[in-house]
Amino acid sequence: MTLHLSDLRPGDAATIVAIDHAGVDPANARQLHEMGFDEGVDVALLHRAPFGGDPVMLRVGNMGVALRKSLAAMVVVERAA
Amino acid sequence: MTVAVLDAPRVVDAAAMAVVALVGNPNAGKTSLFNALTGSRQKVGNYPGVTVERKMGRLALPDGRSVRLIDLPGTYSLTPRSPDEAVTRDVVLGAQAGEARPDAIVAVIDATNLRNHLRFVLELRRLGLPMVVALNMVDLAERDCTTIDVARLSSILGLPVVPTVAVRRRGLGEIGAALAPLLTGAVPPPADTAADLVLLQREARVIAATVTTQVGVARAWSARLDAIALHPVAGPVLLGCLLFLMFQAVFAWAQVPMDLLSAGVDHLQKLVTAALPAGDLRSLLVDGILHGVGSVVVFLPQILILFFFILCLEQSGYMTRAAFMMDRLMARVGLNGRAFIPLISSFACAIPGIMAARTIAEPRDRLTTILIAPLMTCSARLPVYAVIIAAFIPNRPVAGVLGLQGLVMFGLYVAGVGGALVAAWVLRRTVTRGPTPTFLMEMPKYQWPAPRDIGIGLYQKAWAFLARAGGIILVSTVALWALATWPKPPAPGSSGATLPAIDYSVAGHIGATLEPLFRPIGFNKEIALALVPGMAAREVAISALGTVYSLDADAEHPEGLVQRLHAAWTLPTALAFLAWYVFAPQCLSTLAVTRRETGGWKWPGFMFAYLFAMAYVGAGATYWAARALT
Repeated sequence: MTLHLSDLRPGDAATIVAIDHAGVDPANARQLHEMGFDEGVDVALLHRAPFGGDPVMLRVGNMGVALRKSLAAMVVVERAA
Repeated sequence: MTVAVLDAPRVVDAAAMAVVALVGNPNAGKTSLFNALTGSRQKVGNYPGVTVERKMGRLALPDGRSVRLIDLPGTYSLTPRSPDEAVTRDVVLGAQAGEARPDAIVAVIDATNLRNHLRFVLELRRLGLPMVVALNMVDLAERDCTTIDVARLSSILGLPVVPTVAVRRRGLGEIGAALAPLLTGAVPPPADTAADLVLLQREARVIAATVTTQVGVARAWSARLDAIALHPVAGPVLLGCLLFLMFQAVFAWAQVPMDLLSAGVDHLQKLVTAALPAGDLRSLLVDGILHGVGSVVVFLPQILILFFFILCLEQSGYMTRAAFMMDRLMARVGLNGRAFIPLISSFACAIPGIMAARTIAEPRDRLTTILIAPLMTCSARLPVYAVIIAAFIPNRPVAGVLGLQGLVMFGLYVAGVGGALVAAWVLRRTVTRGPTPTFLMEMPKYQWPAPRDIGIGLYQKAWAFLARAGGIILVSTVALWALATWPKPPAPGSSGATLPAIDYSVAGHIGATLEPLFRPIGFNKEIALALVPGMAAREVAISALGTVYSLDADAEHPEGLVQRLHAAWTLPTALAFLAWYVFAPQCLSTLAVTRRETGGWKWPGFMFAYLFAMAYVGAGATYWAARALT
């Protein structure tokens, strides 16, 4: 079963399996990589914003990153064992 | 051959004073390092054609030479997404007008986030410029139980690596020592920089993993703070409290220094009055320059307190959390959480706010943010609000702890923000219609703001404000004084000198001409008159009112401006004036910077028209509502 970054709950850790490049515009895809997103990188969902739980704050590798759920849905992850 | 001849003088010049550029990701501590290396001997200017701030300082090398150090805007890569980042790329490539290609680079990287920052170092290394890596914030890495093998990192990169803690001034001398042997005067030609981002990213991860030993959990402290700051309930409450504290502090803390400054200006006026005979020169000095400039300079403490809060929020890392929490709300009006930062800066001044909008990549999103930035109540409105509130709003306590004056002030700020949200909503559905861009930004770890960085930031803001007071405000005050002084009224005793002196002057005629336009919204002739020089800068309106009413004063009315206004205006007029200032497009500098940022007169023209309409309607509605109620 494929799991997306947007499906994680606060406190969940996972590993990035793939970035759905077809669903992301190239500038956003580039920015995701600049923020450290890549296959094999460990991520964790830390916080959801007040007022509706969107955007979300993640730890990507060693870095805090915030993004909207619609973009997080383009990142396929595998839950950490 | 020609090229060599043309190049020769530059090489000599470069040998005398080489240029070194500081480059790094945002949040690497680059500006702290720049401040630590150069102290307060900095020159702040602009790159020609763009409003990107150009900061330059001098760094002494251990061998006695000096280099010019430039602080380039932070960026994640050499593929720019915004005008700021484009300057960084153009400078390191030698393509920036007005800037020689640097002789060397100091790449600043965050020791606690090696894998991301190393990716940028690998990209920079391809430029072929001599380079030193400043491994900054090594103390935080140690606190996170991370050990970095610096020698190994240096040998893998093939570059000197210097561990630094910019905020504690550690490693500064070593940077100079590492730079000295690299500055030979010969700069290699630009090398091929195209690189595959993902490949560099992976290479950086491998290097980071090789040189770091991690024992224990990283950044527990930052995570614990986020548990409060980003809590669904506590987070927004904390943000609201911080903003409210900021605005209350601007009033409470500033009172004593403002009274002192005001007393100082009074004293100077008395000295000049005593020293000079009555006449035009004394009138120019006392009623024109001292009164006009003095009534603006007294607001320096409030402006510094406001900037102090904004600098602290930015440097601590909290500002990005605020952007994160506000994204949802901003998305409702078609904006992005990122726009929250320029908008908060606009509370200090719309100009840095409009310039900060450069970090927004999507052009229409950026344009909308620029257009609504002047609706954030900037510090130049503070003098206006403060005088009118002092004259018309009683200072009585509300609910025990809050002052009514503070509450009214807070209400004016809220009105500005509300107006901005409505304007953004309308703009995004009409003139700046387009897809809503996404929100994606780094949430840096929390840091104590370094007193030196705050101090240098405040010094630069204070200097900019005083330069304005000494420049545009002084000139417009003197011009207004002249307009309000000549022609003189007929000599006493002759027929017709029954009106106040100002009614005979050029300014009186301008005011009288404009008055019919403003009469429906409750403004009198003096206000119409003050709005004219108020176009130069908002706070000039107060010095203009000061000049007008002070020239108008006679022996029986020697009171200050607050008392004069209290006697001269009705409450509905005062409230309408406040409402006007919430929206009014009264700042030439803002329009000028908008022109520069949007590349033409179209958008500043639009900005002026729509803000004028909002101000007119807002002031009119306030006037008639207040008349109906009082």
